[in-house]
Amino acid sequence: MKRFPNQIIRLIIPFVIIIAGLLIAKKFLVPASFGKLGHFRADALGEAMSKPIHYVGQQACADCHDEIVKKKAASYHKGVACEVCHGPGSAHVDSPTENKPPAPRDRGFCPVCHSYNPSRPTGFPQIVTVTHNPGKACISCHNAHDPVPPHAPEQCGACHGDIARTKMASPHVDVPCTVCHETPTEHRMNPRMYVPTIPANREFCGKCHAKDAQSAKEIPRIDMGTHGERYVCWECHYPHLPQVYNGAAK
Amino acid sequence: MKISENLSRREFMTRILDFAKKALIALPFVSGFGAVKAFTGGAFLKTAEAKELVAYDPSQHLYAMGVYIDRCIGCGMCARACKKENNVPQEPFYFRTWVERYQILKEDKTIVDSPNGGIDGFPETTNKADVLRSFFVPKLCNQCKNPPCVQVCPVGATYKTKDGVILIDDKYCIGCRYCIQACPYGARYLNPVTKTADKCTFCYHRVVKGMKPACVEVCPTQARVFGDLKSESSPMVRLERMNKIRVLKPDLNTEPKVYYVDLDGEVS
Repeated sequence: MKRFPNQIIRLIIPFVIIIAGLLIAKKFLVPASFGKLGHFRADALGEAMSKPIHYVGQQACADCHDEIVKKKAASYHKGVACEVCHGPGSAHVDSPTENKPPAPRDRGFCPVCHSYNPSRPTGFPQIVTVTHNPGKACISCHNAHDPVPPHAPEQCGACHGDIARTKMASPHVDVPCTVCHETPTEHRMNPRMYVPTIPANREFCGKCHAKDAQSAKEIPRIDMGTHGERYVCWECHYPHLPQVYNGAAK
Repeated sequence: MKISENLSRREFMTRILDFAKKALIALPFVSGFGAVKAFTGGAFLKTAEAKELVAYDPSQHLYAMGVYIDRCIGCGMCARACKKENNVPQEPFYFRTWVERYQILKEDKTIVDSPNGGIDGFPETTNKADVLRSFFVPKLCNQCKNPPCVQVCPVGATYKTKDGVILIDDKYCIGCRYCIQACPYGARYLNPVTKTADKCTFCYHRVVKGMKPACVEVCPTQARVFGDLKSESSPMVRLERMNKIRVLKPDLNTEPKVYYVDLDGEVS
C-alpha cells in the first residue's frame, strides 16, 4: 500500500487536531438544547413559561370574595378588575391572612382614572379634583364596588362641567339645558341607562330662529328655506357656543 | 501533557497526536453526556404546572392584541401592572408597555409625550383651545410576523415561538443592543440589572396557562383585548371582523400582531 506523501500527512495532522478541538469546544460551549426548535436555546422557552405570576385574575378573588365580586359585576365598575385598585394578588392568594392587599382609601387614587383630562374620550366620567369636594376622601361619598352619585346632582354642570362652562360664555347662557335635551329624572342617578334626547332636525332650532318664530325680538333670525337648507344647524353652529364657530355665519 | 524545554520536535508531535487520538475516542462519550444532559434538561419544570404545560401545544395558537383607541383613558394602569408582573425597573426609562398622548394642534403640529410612560398621569401641557384633537395610544412590542430584532441577534438569544410571540433568552443574551437598534417601534430596552435586552413577551408565562396578559387584565375600560387568532371564539377574531384596524408602520412589512382600532393617521 502506498503511503501518503509526507508533506500531506504533516498538513492533515494539525487539521485533524484543530477540527477535533473545535468539535470538543462546541460540545462544551453550545448549550445542549440549542437548535432543537430553531436557532435558539430550547430550554429558554420553558424558562419563559415558568416565570412567576403576580396578577392572579378576578376568578381567584371570586373564590373567596364572591359577594363583593357579584356586587361589582352589576355596577359601573364591572369592567374594572379587582387588581386594578388592590394591586397584584398572588401573595394574598398564597397566604391570605399574612399578606393583605392594599385598598386605596385616600383622594389620590380614584383621580388616576376620573380626573378631568381633555385627551380622555368624551363621556367617560371625570371630575375636576380642585373643585369637586376638595379634601374629602372619594369613598366617603362613593362606594368603589358600586359607584353611583351619592345624591342626584341638582345641576347638569355637576357632571357636564365642560359644556356648562362653554355655554356660560355663549348667547345661549340663559337657555336651560332641558330646553333642547329632554332629560328623564332617572338620568341623574343612572346616567347611561336613561339618556337625554338631542334635537333631531332643523325645525327644532327654527322654533326660535325661523323668520316666523314666536320668540323674543333680539334672537337672530334666518330664512329656513334658503339658509343652509341641505344641512342640520349643528353642522356649522355648535349649539353650546353658537356664535364663534369658524365656518358659520359668513 | 507536560512540555519540557528539551522536548524534541518528534516527541512534541507524538504527544500532540496522542492527545488528539484520546480526544477523538472521548468525543462520543462527551456527546453522549451532552445528550443525557439535554434529556434531563428537558424536564425543566418540577411543579404541578408542568403537566399542564406539557399538554400545551404552541402550534395550535397564534396570539395577538387589539387596542381600542377610543376607549383608552390614559390611566397608565397597564404600564404599572406590567412593571409589577415582569419585574421591570421602576425608573422612568424602562418600559415593556407605555401610553403615549397625541395632541394634534390647530396650527399643523403634533405633540407626542409620555411622561413616565403614563404611570403618573398626563399633566396639561398645552392650551386646550389650541388643540384640534387629542387621544391616547398604548404601545408595546408588536410581536411582528417578520421581526427585525430576531434577524439581527448575533447569538440567537431572541427568537420567535410557534405561537407567534417574540421572546428573549436572558441567559444567552450578550447585551450587544443590536436588537434595540433594529426595533422600529422602540419596544426594547436594556435592563440595567441583568444587562440584557428586554421587552414585552405578551406575558408568555400567563398566556400559556390560559390567562390574559397583565395589562389586559387590569385595563379598566377594556381598551386592550387579547386573544388567539386560531380560535374562532377569541375576542381578537371578533375585533378583527367588526372594526377598521390599522397596525403601526405597515410600510416596513414587519406585519405586527398588535392591531389598533380607529387609529389616527398621525400615529406612527
